[in-house]
Amino acid sequence: MASTHVVIIGGGPGGYAAAFYAADLGMEVTLVDTEANPGGVCLYRGCIPSKALLHVAKVIDEAQHASAWGVTFGQPTIDIDALRGFKDGVVKRLTSGLGQLSKQRKVTYIQGLASFTGPRQLSIARADGKTETLDFRHAIIATGSRPSTVPGLSIDSPRVMDSTGALDLPDVPKTLLVIGGGYIGLELGSVYAALGTKVTVVEMTPGLLPGADRDLVTFLQRRLEKTMHRILLNARVTGLKEEKKGVRVSIEGQDLDKADADQLFDRVLISVGRKPNSAVPGLDTTRVKVGARGFIEVDLARQTAEPGIYAIGDVVGEPMLAHKASHEARVAVDAIAGHKVAFEPQAIPAVVFTDPEVAWCGLTETEAKQQGRKVEIAKFPWAALGRAQAIDRPEGVTKLVIDPETERILGVGIVGAGAGELIAEGVLAVEMAALATDLKLSIHPHPTLSETLMEAAEVFFGHATDVYRPKRK
Amino acid sequence: MASELKLPELGENVEKGDVVRVLVAKGDAVRKDQPVLELETDKATIEVPSSLSGTVTDVRVKAGDQVKVGQVVLVLDTAGATEAGPEPKAPPKTPPPDEAPPKGDPQAEPARKEPPTKAPPVEEPPRRERTAAVVDFASGRAGSAPAARAEVAPDAAPGDGAGVPAAPSVRRFARELGVDLATVAGSGPGGRIGQEDVKAHVKAQMSGAGAVAGRAAAPALPDFSRWGEVESRPMSNIRRKTAEHLSAAWLAPHVTQHDKADVTAFEQFRAEYGRRVEAGGGKLTITAALVRIVAAAIAKFPQFASSVDMARDAIVYKKYVHIGIAVDTPNGLLVPVIRDADRKTITAIAAELSTLSQKARDRKLGLDEMAGGVFSITNLGGIGGTSFTPIVNQPEVAILGVSRTQTEPVWRDDAFVPRQMLPLSLSYDHRVIDGADAARFLRFVVEALEQPLTMLL
Repeated sequence: MASTHVVIIGGGPGGYAAAFYAADLGMEVTLVDTEANPGGVCLYRGCIPSKALLHVAKVIDEAQHASAWGVTFGQPTIDIDALRGFKDGVVKRLTSGLGQLSKQRKVTYIQGLASFTGPRQLSIARADGKTETLDFRHAIIATGSRPSTVPGLSIDSPRVMDSTGALDLPDVPKTLLVIGGGYIGLELGSVYAALGTKVTVVEMTPGLLPGADRDLVTFLQRRLEKTMHRILLNARVTGLKEEKKGVRVSIEGQDLDKADADQLFDRVLISVGRKPNSAVPGLDTTRVKVGARGFIEVDLARQTAEPGIYAIGDVVGEPMLAHKASHEARVAVDAIAGHKVAFEPQAIPAVVFTDPEVAWCGLTETEAKQQGRKVEIAKFPWAALGRAQAIDRPEGVTKLVIDPETERILGVGIVGAGAGELIAEGVLAVEMAALATDLKLSIHPHPTLSETLMEAAEVFFGHATDVYRPKRK
Repeated sequence: MASELKLPELGENVEKGDVVRVLVAKGDAVRKDQPVLELETDKATIEVPSSLSGTVTDVRVKAGDQVKVGQVVLVLDTAGATEAGPEPKAPPKTPPPDEAPPKGDPQAEPARKEPPTKAPPVEEPPRRERTAAVVDFASGRAGSAPAARAEVAPDAAPGDGAGVPAAPSVRRFARELGVDLATVAGSGPGGRIGQEDVKAHVKAQMSGAGAVAGRAAAPALPDFSRWGEVESRPMSNIRRKTAEHLSAAWLAPHVTQHDKADVTAFEQFRAEYGRRVEAGGGKLTITAALVRIVAAAIAKFPQFASSVDMARDAIVYKKYVHIGIAVDTPNGLLVPVIRDADRKTITAIAAELSTLSQKARDRKLGLDEMAGGVFSITNLGGIGGTSFTPIVNQPEVAILGVSRTQTEPVWRDDAFVPRQMLPLSLSYDHRVIDGADAARFLRFVVEALEQPLTMLL
């Protein structure tokens, strides 16, 4: 019977980060995942492949847009197999790299499915057909999440895909219906739109990206209204039916044209969120508790109700983001190493990799309103910035959510080209409890988009160089 | 192969323990995780399991021995282990993570040595010792519940995005020290807390300044659900107030004096005159009589209606005699006050008692009706009991507990005679009341119950 100090179930960005860190601290580590290499949803069918495709989409868009600058390219021809090959190559390179890193760190990687047989023991059905028993002292559950389905809309049709199916890039359909106007639907919808598909987005709520500040989403929505065929808000898909030539879709909603309400689509992407993979086999042989929404319950150190068993990432709660999981991984491993630690971020950045990108961290204006918390908002419009004009991307805004009493930066929101990169500075500002003055007095390189953060801080004090705003009272 | 089993670390500040029993003998086959020792530490009695499988070749300790952490307790022959030892590396190495003390925080150690009365940091592991019934040799730590678990329950999640203004490194530093950042004053711009602020806070706490800010932090509770189903209910306001008040009251040095009064004559009197009192609206109870008697006792022993003013090194004597009566209500304990009991008849007191008790049960007592007492009486006789030790209702300095009257054989002249005896328990604050005075006070009460004329002597 084998034994290990720490076993990690699930090889995603939470699981492999935990495994590598634990190994770096000198622990004996076993990592179990069903894939041949670590990577998880993020690398195999999430963040990474979608970003490869979004990059291509951006190049196509820019090439088209270049005609406005006096440079005209011909219509792009798209070799879908080569494009898929590029994306698969990226995934392969990264996941095998992780496999390599596991070996270098002497992490025992087992491809297989783990089930608990008790609070200190796993049974692993290995991919090679063998079953092995593993005693452990500590376990970290990092089993992630999977796409949610809509009851009643799950018809068995190759035309109806979830995000995994859409990333497989089976073809470039003429028409695509995206159900759900969240970040996954908008990112993948943007890819297909750039490749030439007429994309329709249906969202139940009154706005895209529910939860994000509306003034940020407006910029994206304006753009998507041009690139997407239709965006239907306050609308619900009530039926899907496979037909010979496509999927017949019935949509209900206020002010819908007849043409919108009943349409035929070549493909349908269901992107209505994700749900946690908390049904780990044998979990009932431990004291691990699963809460009402299917998340495993953990304390601040990410320990479950079963002492010695930890859980991290999507399986313990929102936001379901890779960078949250890998941070939690370090907290859990530090706790196992005997340190008193807690998962207590002030800011978990969220990025929507559409074009323009939308990114935010810390307290949003919407949350501040819901909490009845008094904040001041300072916004700097990108149109006033040299670099934004020079790259012909003036549509954007950088805003700071500021505590009026201490002038501390509580949150940052950005929409614009490359907002995802810019938000990192916002995270640092919020985590360090920086004041608006700190941001204002830090010299930012010119001419870059990062100046918008400094300028927004200047706006707060009423003396931004590039915009005129009346002074604060 | 011979392997030594050493006593692992048992927990914070526990370096040794007394062997209660050795659970194995020479020649015994021992399996991994099998308890081999029962050890009594100054925190708890624990079972120490083996981290190895093998045959015991030598027992190095016996019951009554004191053993220290790291001392060899058993020698095992692991070669003949029936099972392939799951952990071939013997003697057990302490796994690397456990070797790692909190790095680079010289303050961590002093913080741990803080006396528990000075608001011990919530995550400090006294709890670990108490809850951990099993010590794991292999990990070298008490129990498998790592400290982090203990840490996180009490100080629930800080808000997101707008929590305490401190950098992540400072937050981590504070966690290691067990400092709640919400209690630390930040000296930086916008109240930002730096590492120096945390250090200064710890220093101030250790030197006693500002040690008791608000409620004294109670040691964290163990996770009871490990032993069975539990349910946590919020305290009612009365319960919380009672808990806070009595915790504070407990700080006064208490002594309880017990005595018995022969109330046979009083019971006869009650049978004869009870009606008359009832006409006044109340019942002629022991309590009603005691209120009047205690008022008389206070006139003779004024220190029983005093309060201690430690801040001014003074004793405050009250010239009024308001007596509080503890009333058990469905909602908790309430203490209405009978004013100027020294100037009232027992009939009037009985009537007032009846009104106040009813109001207490109906939750209609006004705050002013519960304020201003100088002495309290608590009567549990209706329920039973032979004696108890009431807690003085601070800032009062004495309380009289009343138990149930029992018929007892009492030696009189040259024979036992059945008498009705009432047990009385007087708790007092020893800072202002000496034992002899307490005994005299209680004798006065007893004699007054037995022969009321003594009050007039």
